[in-house]
Amino acid sequence: MLLEVSGVSVTFDGFRAINDLSIAIGEPELRAVIGPNGAGKTTFMDIVTGKTRPDEGRVRWTSHGIDLLKMSESAIARAGIGRKFQKPTVFEEQSVRDNLSMALKNRRDPFSVLFWRIAAADHARILELAEEIGLSNRLADRAGALSHGQKQWLEIGMLLAQDPRLLLVDEPAAGMTPSERAHTTDLLRRAARTRAVVVIEHDMEFVRRLDCRVSVLHEGSVLAEGTIDHVTRNQQVIDVYLGR
Amino acid sequence: MTDIITGDPLPAPPPRRSFLRHNRAALWFMALLSLFTLVVTLLSEAVGTGLISTSLVKILGMTLCLCLVAVAMDVVWGYCGILSLGHFAFFGLGGYAVGMWLMYARAEIIIRDSLATAEIPPTEAEVADAVGSQIFGVVGSSELPALWAFAHSLPVQLAMVVLAPGLLALVFGWLAFRSRVTGVYLSILTQAMTLALSLYLFQNDSGLRGNNGLSGLQNIPGHLETPQAVIAMWFFWGSALALALGYVLFAWILSDKFGSVIRAIRDNEARVRFLGYHVESYKLFVFTLTAVISGIAGALYYPQAGIINPAEIAPIASIYLAVWVAIGGRGRLYGAVLGAAVVSLLSSWLTGGGAPDINLGFYVIEWTEWWLVLLGVGFVAVTLFFPRGIGGLFDHFAKER
Amino acid sequence: MHPPPTRSLAKALKMLTILRTFLGLVRRCAIWVLVLSGPTLAQDGDAPLQPVLQNVRDEIANPSRSSVDRVLDALTNSDATGVVDFLRAWQDRAVYTDPATGLFYYAREESGDLVLIDIDSGAEGATVSTRDVEHIRPNGGVRREVAASLVQFEVSSPDPERRRAALEAIGRSPDAEQIAYLAASIGSEPDPEIRARKERLLTLLSARFAPDVEDRVAAIETLSGDVSTEARAVLSQILATRQRIAESLPQDVNMATVLEIGSDLGVDAAYGRLVDAGLAPERTDTDSILAALRANVVDGAVGGIPLHQLDTEEARETAYRALSADGLAPQLFSDAEVADAVGHHEFFEEYVEPNEEITDAARAAVDGTGTRIAIFEGLSLAFDALSLGSIFFLAAVGLAVTFGVMRVINMAHGEFIMMGAYTGYVIQLFVPDHTLSLVIALPMAFLVAFAAGVALERLVIRHLYTRPLETLLATFGISIALQQLAKNIFGTQARPLTAPDWLAGSIALNDIVSVATIRVAIFVLALIFLVLLLLVLKRTRLGLEVRAVTQNPGMAASMGIDPDRINMLTFGLGSGIAGIAGVAIGLYAQVTSEMGANYIVQSFMTVVVGGVGNVWGTLAGAGMIGFLQKGIEWFNPSNTLVAQTYLTLFIILFIQFRPRGIFALKGRAAGD
Repeated sequence: MLLEVSGVSVTFDGFRAINDLSIAIGEPELRAVIGPNGAGKTTFMDIVTGKTRPDEGRVRWTSHGIDLLKMSESAIARAGIGRKFQKPTVFEEQSVRDNLSMALKNRRDPFSVLFWRIAAADHARILELAEEIGLSNRLADRAGALSHGQKQWLEIGMLLAQDPRLLLVDEPAAGMTPSERAHTTDLLRRAARTRAVVVIEHDMEFVRRLDCRVSVLHEGSVLAEGTIDHVTRNQQVIDVYLGR
Repeated sequence: MTDIITGDPLPAPPPRRSFLRHNRAALWFMALLSLFTLVVTLLSEAVGTGLISTSLVKILGMTLCLCLVAVAMDVVWGYCGILSLGHFAFFGLGGYAVGMWLMYARAEIIIRDSLATAEIPPTEAEVADAVGSQIFGVVGSSELPALWAFAHSLPVQLAMVVLAPGLLALVFGWLAFRSRVTGVYLSILTQAMTLALSLYLFQNDSGLRGNNGLSGLQNIPGHLETPQAVIAMWFFWGSALALALGYVLFAWILSDKFGSVIRAIRDNEARVRFLGYHVESYKLFVFTLTAVISGIAGALYYPQAGIINPAEIAPIASIYLAVWVAIGGRGRLYGAVLGAAVVSLLSSWLTGGGAPDINLGFYVIEWTEWWLVLLGVGFVAVTLFFPRGIGGLFDHFAKER
Repeated sequence: MHPPPTRSLAKALKMLTILRTFLGLVRRCAIWVLVLSGPTLAQDGDAPLQPVLQNVRDEIANPSRSSVDRVLDALTNSDATGVVDFLRAWQDRAVYTDPATGLFYYAREESGDLVLIDIDSGAEGATVSTRDVEHIRPNGGVRREVAASLVQFEVSSPDPERRRAALEAIGRSPDAEQIAYLAASIGSEPDPEIRARKERLLTLLSARFAPDVEDRVAAIETLSGDVSTEARAVLSQILATRQRIAESLPQDVNMATVLEIGSDLGVDAAYGRLVDAGLAPERTDTDSILAALRANVVDGAVGGIPLHQLDTEEARETAYRALSADGLAPQLFSDAEVADAVGHHEFFEEYVEPNEEITDAARAAVDGTGTRIAIFEGLSLAFDALSLGSIFFLAAVGLAVTFGVMRVINMAHGEFIMMGAYTGYVIQLFVPDHTLSLVIALPMAFLVAFAAGVALERLVIRHLYTRPLETLLATFGISIALQQLAKNIFGTQARPLTAPDWLAGSIALNDIVSVATIRVAIFVLALIFLVLLLLVLKRTRLGLEVRAVTQNPGMAASMGIDPDRINMLTFGLGSGIAGIAGVAIGLYAQVTSEMGANYIVQSFMTVVVGGVGNVWGTLAGAGMIGFLQKGIEWFNPSNTLVAQTYLTLFIILFIQFRPRGIFALKGRAAGD
């Protein structure tokens, strides 16, 4: 297993956001996580990426069993976990090229970065990524000038630039046109060929198109797991989520 | 996403240009600074026609130092997003470090001269005691505190110019950034640090002469006979050089990916963290480096000012520093220089009695009384209406063209 | 501190009864009282006074410190009438003498002349010009002596004021003789309060001067646990020591402590004592070495060493030893010799009081008092801290409201405090009655600061809600401008804001614990504000809306709450409270244009330490900072600057561990 979350619980002011959650992701794998509002989807990502510390439970990374709970956000990111936020967060004041350049898999300590100068390989990688996300002709533009969908892609591009082993993607299709959605699906499925990708999504059509294993979260723990058809037939799932 | 552009799949990277050629603003700045230095030199009393008085040379030299600390402030605030209210404290620490040597060495020369005529030559302990009471008599003590152990050594004190602010910034920054204090909290915390430092220095037993501060710094030991006009010129050149080097250093640091990262930290530090950058290290690096540069600026400033006391370090000084940078325009280095130069020169002109009072008939506006009101209100206006400061006007003209 | 009303009423009634009985007694046989009042008084027999006076005529007419005793002896040992009256008159410079006859008179002034009054009969005699008689004017020293001597009569005086004054005099300069007449006067003392005071003074006197050891020990034992200054002074006087040096420890002294060389007393200091006691020759120090060297320069050298080589301690010492070897200078003692001399002596302190029983009792009493003193000092410190904390609370709570609700840092908050204080000052210019002006000033200060706050919010802050750091800076600008404006209007010197008389003074629990009334008032004011604010926030519609905006501005807006209005009112409220804090601070400190700036950093600390957006947090923060500052000051009382430095450092460290304050919002609500 690449990522193994077991028995994790977290409480905010008496509200149990995650309740004895256990989930395991293999490599490579494409996994969709669905669930109603407040089911703990985003909190799950927060825990894996180190933003939130759980009250109890374990989070193990790779077959070496590295304990992610002891690592800082940046160390977790360097260990190979990339995250895309629900709201597109790119650095709007900077060019698309700078955004991608920052995300490139290079050494991240201040002194290396201070003396870093772009190499041919880096340049090629940026062009390649730009092409993949369809922003080749906008490399010099300010990221803030991009459309909403383009920002989403740029963020996915930055994620790919990090070359992570695990991608956590929070509602990638929010606010996209149908054709943009289709492209996003392709991107994710392509990425999942070589690495693990976890997608949080509300949109059942989108999930269906991803055609992958689905985990249904409810009140902070996994209610059901399996193919989309399997979970949509599960009576409990229908009661809490789909049947509303 | 079907309109994929056609292009070489593996193009050569863009030819790497020297960053100075890349950075036109830095080039312009260097050219103007050189021209300014040349003009002042040619018009000075020491070298040139004497049109510019020595005291004005000193004011201009001091202004250059203020510009340097403003540049440092701009980097830490305008680029990295840390509104530090402590950089003038670092500036003061640099001044204190060099001031200790200036005061000690001068006192030692005076003491040795006066004891030279004695029948029995003085012992080293006697000289140290006499220097101690010469310097510390004013706070009712005659012993040199341990802090002054290396005050006789110029190299050590020059190292302290860098180390004292650097170490303070390193320790403080490490504590503050580690606990993820950001935004206004961080500003308040830096202000608290500045307050603590100035309160400490205000004590008579701080080892730095309490509120008397260090004085007589304009006299350079070893050059006590040299006229002030010449010394003022040296320091002016030194300040100009320091400003030029500091500017180029910062421009270089900001020119590539490092600059990208710290601007990204300013805009969204959580996101930078998830990209795998250890944000705290970057902040600490910038905070400490700018503190060191501030210390160097202070070390050049106070020998020109002649006196340093704890009031210089008080939080309000650091606030003024932020005001200069904001008025000049954050996030651009020349903006900081512009703001510091314009506001500090205007301030010394208006409060120094240089400006004529305005007689309204029923009330006479005296600038010494109204300058701060004007500055305060003007500053609010700049914040509200010109958030980009004076530097923003350049953008405006650039766009017009 | 004050007895409950029913008890004081009963007390007053009892006093009245006693007084009535007493007055009746006085009327019937005044002489009785006087006889009863003191066996030491031989006077008030029926012999005339004038002859007695004539015996010491010169000493009375030309009084001086050296001769006054003779007069007092002669008068107090005589059995003439009116001795006390005469002494009072003498002391009051109301005695005249006729240079021709040498007789003494009292006198009454009448249209510029004097009507002489016979000392014995009280009959008015001739009217004379002031030039014909000599006015006797004893100097201050003499008058003090007379007063001291009068005390023995005054303690039994029928006038309670005189008795009180006499007791005060005894308290000031106690001596052994006072015991007898003070003890004698207690039995007939009608006023219970004065009687208690007499009994207490008697205890204090007995502890020091009673002839009988048992009496002294008993008196000393009653002083155990008494924290009053006078009781502690008496005990410490009994335990007074003197330093002694001897070759071996003597057995016959009342030993206080034997000093250990090294730990209790340094070798150099011990040697100094030996020198002072003439038991050892003075040690040659560097100055006298130098002087000796200077005095013995021969051919550019001293003791065979050339002068230019004498720039180290070692060289000088060598030269000096050469000199003393030639007998040209006293011997130089080495450290070993000094230590040896010290080692041959015992250094100790003995009690001045020779009786061990008494000093033991006194030491026990002091130990008994020590704990109580510590408790009371702790209490006093706690009161100080509480009062400081309430000032911080007042200064900071307005800030907490604005910061908590609007996430806006108002650096001009300190200037709102200043505005409130100046409002109070201006109102006092027009309303001279301090109580009334205070009653007007409090709401006025609120209104002025409220208006200023609303104006600031509407004109500046409203436009900067998305840029919190710039709000901080813009309000700095306001702060700079307002401070200078205040300087331009009111000048740079401090302006007084005078508290009404009933707020002056202090409330004392005992000699250790006393709190300035004004500080108590500020504490009460802070409490009132805490309650008011909680009521406003928890019980009113405005409070509900404010809390709604605090927790979720977007949701609040969608429910029809106008965030603009709420922000404006909140900012006004926070500023208004600052104005009131200004009046409070101005009452105990002074009003200057910089007074706000002095509190702003502390106020922020209070808010940050307490946790943002929480009135209780501000209370906890203010309390903590108050107690900390006072606590640090207690460790280092000489310097409040040190306390502030350490306090600030502490807060920086505190934020390391609780970055969001004591009462932190947790989880998602805290936001990031």
